[in-house]
Order: sequence, then structure tokens, then C-alpha cells
Amino acid sequence: MQDTENRRPPAHVGWRWALIGLAVAGSAVAFGYVGGWLAPERLSPKKIVDSLEANGGAHPGYRRNHAKGICVGGYFEGNGALQSFSSSAVFAKERTPVVGRLAIPGGNPYAADSSVPIRSFALRFDLADGEQWRTGMNAMPVFPVSTPQAFYDLQVATHPDPKTGKPDPAKAGAFFGAHPETGAFLGWAKTAKPPASYATETYQSINAFYLRDSAGERRAVRWKMVPETPETGDGSPAAGDTDYLAADLSKRLAAGPLRWHLIMTFAGDGDPIDDAAKAWPDDRKSVDAGTLVIDSWQDQATGPCRDVNYDPTILPKGIETSNDPLLAARSAAYADSYLRRTSEEGHLPGAARPKEAK
Amino acid sequence: MSREQTFHPFARALHWLMSIMVLSMLFIGAGMVSTVAEKHDWLLAIHRPLGVVIFVLALIRLAFRLTHPAPPLPVDLPLWQKLAAHGSHLLLYALMIAMPLIGWGMLSAGNYPVTMFAGVHLPKILPTDPALFAWLRESHRYLAWLFFLTFLAHMGAALMHGLIRRDGVLQSMTGGKAPR
Repeated sequence: MQDTENRRPPAHVGWRWALIGLAVAGSAVAFGYVGGWLAPERLSPKKIVDSLEANGGAHPGYRRNHAKGICVGGYFEGNGALQSFSSSAVFAKERTPVVGRLAIPGGNPYAADSSVPIRSFALRFDLADGEQWRTGMNAMPVFPVSTPQAFYDLQVATHPDPKTGKPDPAKAGAFFGAHPETGAFLGWAKTAKPPASYATETYQSINAFYLRDSAGERRAVRWKMVPETPETGDGSPAAGDTDYLAADLSKRLAAGPLRWHLIMTFAGDGDPIDDAAKAWPDDRKSVDAGTLVIDSWQDQATGPCRDVNYDPTILPKGIETSNDPLLAARSAAYADSYLRRTSEEGHLPGAARPKEAK
Repeated sequence: MSREQTFHPFARALHWLMSIMVLSMLFIGAGMVSTVAEKHDWLLAIHRPLGVVIFVLALIRLAFRLTHPAPPLPVDLPLWQKLAAHGSHLLLYALMIAMPLIGWGMLSAGNYPVTMFAGVHLPKILPTDPALFAWLRESHRYLAWLFFLTFLAHMGAALMHGLIRRDGVLQSMTGGKAPR
């Protein structure tokens, strides 16, 4: 270091301090902006999960959506038919264990099974090399909306009226009127009845993805799990039974495993890849990629699916996300929901305690 | 000149390279957890491998620093500023090493694949445990805040040395000549 005895104070010392202050404050402001603290109007994962919580009620320890469900276990048996389209080992002729969860949409773990016509199926495939494929599928043909903002607005528009406990029809109607993209979903929902069994439903990926083959070619796909279990049509649940889905499932699994076929559907020219609210024509090329076998169930409070975040963007090599804006939003919002319930589980300071047995 | 007045060129190169990386990392982290836009996905994809690179470079840098002492601080620097300098440097080193480890451990505890890029992932370093995940995840958040505040203090102090005191401390890292 130089000798500092005879140093004179620098010129314009005030300006120099101002410059330093500007550099520090400017960095802090930039960080605050990027982190969203200076942009409260921005749609954040927290806002989306808050809106779900507002609609489903506060249920510490539970998922903020699809709160009511049951864990299932089994394996996927690939048949090799997709190997020329994807480099993933999950499609080879081998077994991959799965940790799954069957559920109904909504944030209330005590909702009646008949309260909603949709059934959902989440799966985590645990590949031999440590890779994972996570997916969250729904038994419906399309998603109601195309964008995260519209999804958030839908939650706000369907917020239960404190007086009636039901969404205000005027608000909901105004939303659907302003969102013509909801037409396809509403057309389906008009005639959809709450299914009596998880086992007889076809679960769809809803969003599109890409398969990438070993040569590097990628093709847009959607997939669905098609059940081998036929609809019996006689087993409508007894009146007043609100928890028939879990009972039906345990009864069926006691009799033997349940099977679904993983059907991979390839987009045709001009099919919307990045819009989950639009269906693809029925005649698109489809490949049966293998059989999902479910042979056990566990209570969701203690089962292995409880602490899984079924983030649909966690994919093995050979499967990739599309640019559907809902995918990134699902990933971000699921992470927020997962942190909330694990914080409640871990009794972090400020986290609500899970009160009831889950 | 009896003593080395500047940091070794290798230390300077690592310092400036890592300053860009660490600052990017803090901004990427703050951005990716606050957005639902598509950038959430690709920011996350950058965040993991960049964290690992920072971790490896931080270990190399720590080993180099332990074997190549830093230039001494000016003799007339007030004691509290000397303590603040050493304390903040210690903290920056600790955070550069701890933050990637916490991130890695947190993904392990959440049973997430620790993906570097398609098909390549790191092994688990902790057992699956949701409570542990939550503690580590929140530690990662608050330590990131601490990291950013420490960076602000570090940058402010460096500019103070260069613009106000003009004592050669800033030049010891830029490699320039101290003003007479």
C-alpha cells in the first residue's frame, strides 16, 4: 500500500459519495425489481397459490390444489414402440416403478367426491439411472384457459360468495364471456358427470410436450392413460356417500391390479402445440407405448405420494417441455405450494400447524 | 515497494469472473421464484449448473487464498473498517461455498433430481425428508438475502477505497496503479 500520510482529500467529495450511494442503491433497486418486490402487480407463484387457498380454504399440511386424494403404487411396463421417437429408457421394454396419486381438483381435502366432474392422476416414474418423469394428468379433454393470468382470473371469478358458499354466477359468467377460449372446456363440462371410479377414467397430459429421438429430432405430443377397466354403469355411489372414490379403489385393488395404456399422440401440421385449451383432432397418429400397472394404494397422509411435488416439467432426457405458458406456471406454483406444506410439516417459524390427521 | 500491493493475477481473474457469476446467480434466483412466465423454467435450468460451477471455483479460490496471502490493508485504516473487511470477506467465502451445498442438499431432501442438463444429474447428498427440505429451502432464501446485502457492502466499501480514500485497496484487485 502506498504511504497515506500526506494524502489530500479528493476534489468533489460530495459527488463521489453520491456516486457510491447511487451504485449501491441502484443495485438494490434492480434486485428488488427482479424479485418482484417493486412490481406487486406482477402475477407471481404466490398469488396463484393464494387464490387457490382463498377458494379451497386453509388446510395446513395439504396440497393447495388436488388436496383430496390417495396414493397408489405400481410400475410402468414399456413395450419399445416409442424407442424410435424418444431416447428415454422409460419407453424401452423394461419396468419402471411409479409413485402415483389419484385425486380430485380443488383445495378442500373434505370436498365431496361428487362436487367436481374431474378426476386427476399424478405419476412419478423412477428411472433406473436416477432420472425422473413427473406428470400431472386430468380426466378431461382440454384445459379451460390458455394462460396463467387467465387461470388466476378464473380463480378470482369463481371465488365462493361468503353468503352462499358458491361462486357468484354473475362474476363467473362475466369471466367466461370475456374468455371465449373456455368454450371447448365448457362444452365438455356441460354434460360431464362425476365418475364413480378412478379406475375407469382416461387421464390426459393436457399440455403438449416434445419427444426427442436419439438423432436429435423432436416431435410434439400429448399423452393419455387409457384404462383397461370397463365402465360397469351399475355402480353409482349411494346417495350421501362423499368418499366413494377411495372405497371403490381399495375394493378394486383387493381384487387385482388396475391397468392403463400410455397412448402417445403426435401433433399434426398446424395443431396448436402451446395452447392447452384447444383439442387436437381425433385422427392424429397415436402409439401405445406400454402399460401402467397399479397394484397398491396407501393413505395420502402417510403414503409415499404425500411429499412428492408432481411438477410436470421434471422430465427425463428424451421428453421436453413445449412452450405452453401453463407449464412454467404449473412448475412455479407447485413449488410454492410444496414449500408451504413442507414448511407446515417441518414446523417452520410462522408456518401453520397441520391440525388434523391427513 | 517491499510487499506485494496487488492480488495475484489468478486471484484477480477468479474474483472478477465469480463476481459476475454470483451476482447473476442472485438475480436469477430472485427472478425465477417470483415469476410464472416461461423464464421460470430456463432460469431454473441455468441456476443449478451455475451453482455447481461457483461451488467448484469457490473451493479452488479458497485454496489459492490460503496459500497466497492478500495484500495488507492500509495501516491507517480504522480498526472497525479492518474488522469489517475481514469479516465480510470471510462471510463471502462461507456463502459462496454454503449456498450451492444448501441448494444441492435441499433438492436431495425434496427428492428432486439434481439435473445439470438433460440426462446428467448429481447424486443425492441427503435423505428424502420434507421437513429438512423446507428448512434448507428457507435457509437458501434468507442466506441469499444476506449474500446480496454483503455484496452491497463489499461494493460500497471498494468504491469508498477507490473514490474517497484512494488508498490503493481497490487497485489491489483491479491491478491498476494507485493515484498519488
